[in-house]
Amino acid sequence: MRVWPRFTAVADCAVLVEFGEGIAPDIHARVVGLDHLLTDAPPLGLVEVIPAYAGLLAVFDPLLTDHAGLTAVLQSRLRGPAPPQTAPVRHDLGVCYCGDLGQDLAQVAALKGLSVEAVIAAHLAGEYRVYLYGFAPGYAYLAGTPEAIQLPRKPVAVRGIPAGRVIIAGPQCIVTTLKMPTGWWIIGASPDPILTGDAARPFRFDVGDTVRFHRISHDAYRAAGGR
Amino acid sequence: MRCELRVSFAGPMVTLQDAGRRGWMRYGVPWSGPMDTRALAIANTALGNPADACGVEVSLGGLQVECLSGAVSFAVAGGGFQVTLADRALAPWVVATLTPGQRLSVRPGAWGSWAMLTFAGQVEGALWLGSRATHSQSGLGGGVLCRGDILAIEAAEVRQGREGDLPLPAWALPGDRIRVVMGPQDRFFDQAVLREFTGGPFRLTDAYDRMGLRLSGPELPVNAALDMPSEPVLRGAVQVAGDGVATVMLADHGTTGGYPKIATVIGPDLNDLVQHRSGDSVHFAAVTSDAAVAAARAAHHELTAYLTELARPRASLNERLMAGNLISGVVSGEEH
Repeated sequence: MRVWPRFTAVADCAVLVEFGEGIAPDIHARVVGLDHLLTDAPPLGLVEVIPAYAGLLAVFDPLLTDHAGLTAVLQSRLRGPAPPQTAPVRHDLGVCYCGDLGQDLAQVAALKGLSVEAVIAAHLAGEYRVYLYGFAPGYAYLAGTPEAIQLPRKPVAVRGIPAGRVIIAGPQCIVTTLKMPTGWWIIGASPDPILTGDAARPFRFDVGDTVRFHRISHDAYRAAGGR
Repeated sequence: MRCELRVSFAGPMVTLQDAGRRGWMRYGVPWSGPMDTRALAIANTALGNPADACGVEVSLGGLQVECLSGAVSFAVAGGGFQVTLADRALAPWVVATLTPGQRLSVRPGAWGSWAMLTFAGQVEGALWLGSRATHSQSGLGGGVLCRGDILAIEAAEVRQGREGDLPLPAWALPGDRIRVVMGPQDRFFDQAVLREFTGGPFRLTDAYDRMGLRLSGPELPVNAALDMPSEPVLRGAVQVAGDGVATVMLADHGTTGGYPKIATVIGPDLNDLVQHRSGDSVHFAAVTSDAAVAAARAAHHELTAYLTELARPRASLNERLMAGNLISGVVSGEEH
């Protein structure tokens, strides 16, 4: 039997804290809770925190502390008062599903036995949560894609997919930030960049935020700077 | 004075790098910075620069620049590369001065995979998230150098008192024993497989770039279905994909990943690992997390002691000769 949370020493400079296994809102809420406790009042020697689905990695400076020292601080923070409950920040992003911007829509519809409009309606009905970033700068992994349009990723990645594409695989959804290969299904494009270009807030989402999508026309997409 | 260098040749993966950016992994941004973290500090300190100033990381592809205007002192450290200034071979770790019309080349030499080239002045390059370090896949940060590019150095200086060969410490040569802390997902592997991992040896393949290094060696089968959700990834993580092949995550790694990490290379030994070349053999030695912290501290003190020596300005040759005469004069005066 496993006891949660579990603390694992990593290399010479990190502690992995896990709250469970799998992708579940309650496990992720504990990750976000500890993340807030640490980022609001960083313990001595903490360099940064990487939150993920079921755990977080606390990276430290080995000249200032060690695994046992940081683990003791993490345990005491977890025993202490819970972080003040703040409502997650909500984001609303426009998506254009027109033409080539949603190049895989027809295929997703065919594979799921739905009309293209039904696929779009399902995507728009989803309530998404930012679970983690990964793969590439600004790649925020949102979960919440409705079951009706969930598909496993393609067997082979497609190269050169531009930034700003809305892609789905399984329960996940990403708005791409760089020209990259992807094996996910490309269903639309958003003109709202995740890499904002704003030095004060360079990334649109924080882990734990929630996201909804609304449909925009091709004209609105172009007017908002979409390519 | 502004100094302009034209890149007359650049192999792949020659990039601007400072000490890298911390605190952005939560947004998918790794540290980047030099592959051999010591090389940047050494090449900067030898010139009298701040240890984390931006320089050029030269890959095995090599680099040649031509000075168009302005003179500038430079330093090279890291791997044992061939440094050639105006057709004259210099020591692999060196401080010298480049003047207009002269060419400087840094090419693979006797050993090592990465060298840092730094300048007495500020290298111009785009800042991204507070750092000029280049994230190689996106090109964000200072950027990748290509043939024809102009590399500009603001407030360029000639620092004659810094010129000369740098002593090559014994620890600079990459050892083949690479220390790891097992895990954090070693539970996905049978005991026999864990023993295979530390038994080795593993060879570096040519699937080697700033993101990661694929190894060839004993197969490392995963003992469970690969259904773990993506977990955070640290530089040095040894990730094993479904085919049982290990990849070590390096400076520009993805910050999360769904493959189990059998072990993680400790910080100081990553500098050794990256200076090996494709075809070289290494073996992994498991140490406790306490021993890993002790090793990181020992490596830091060793480097600091070396940098402290380098930081003293070495007088120009004439000044050193004069100092020598003065000292011998005093000594002989006492003898009589």
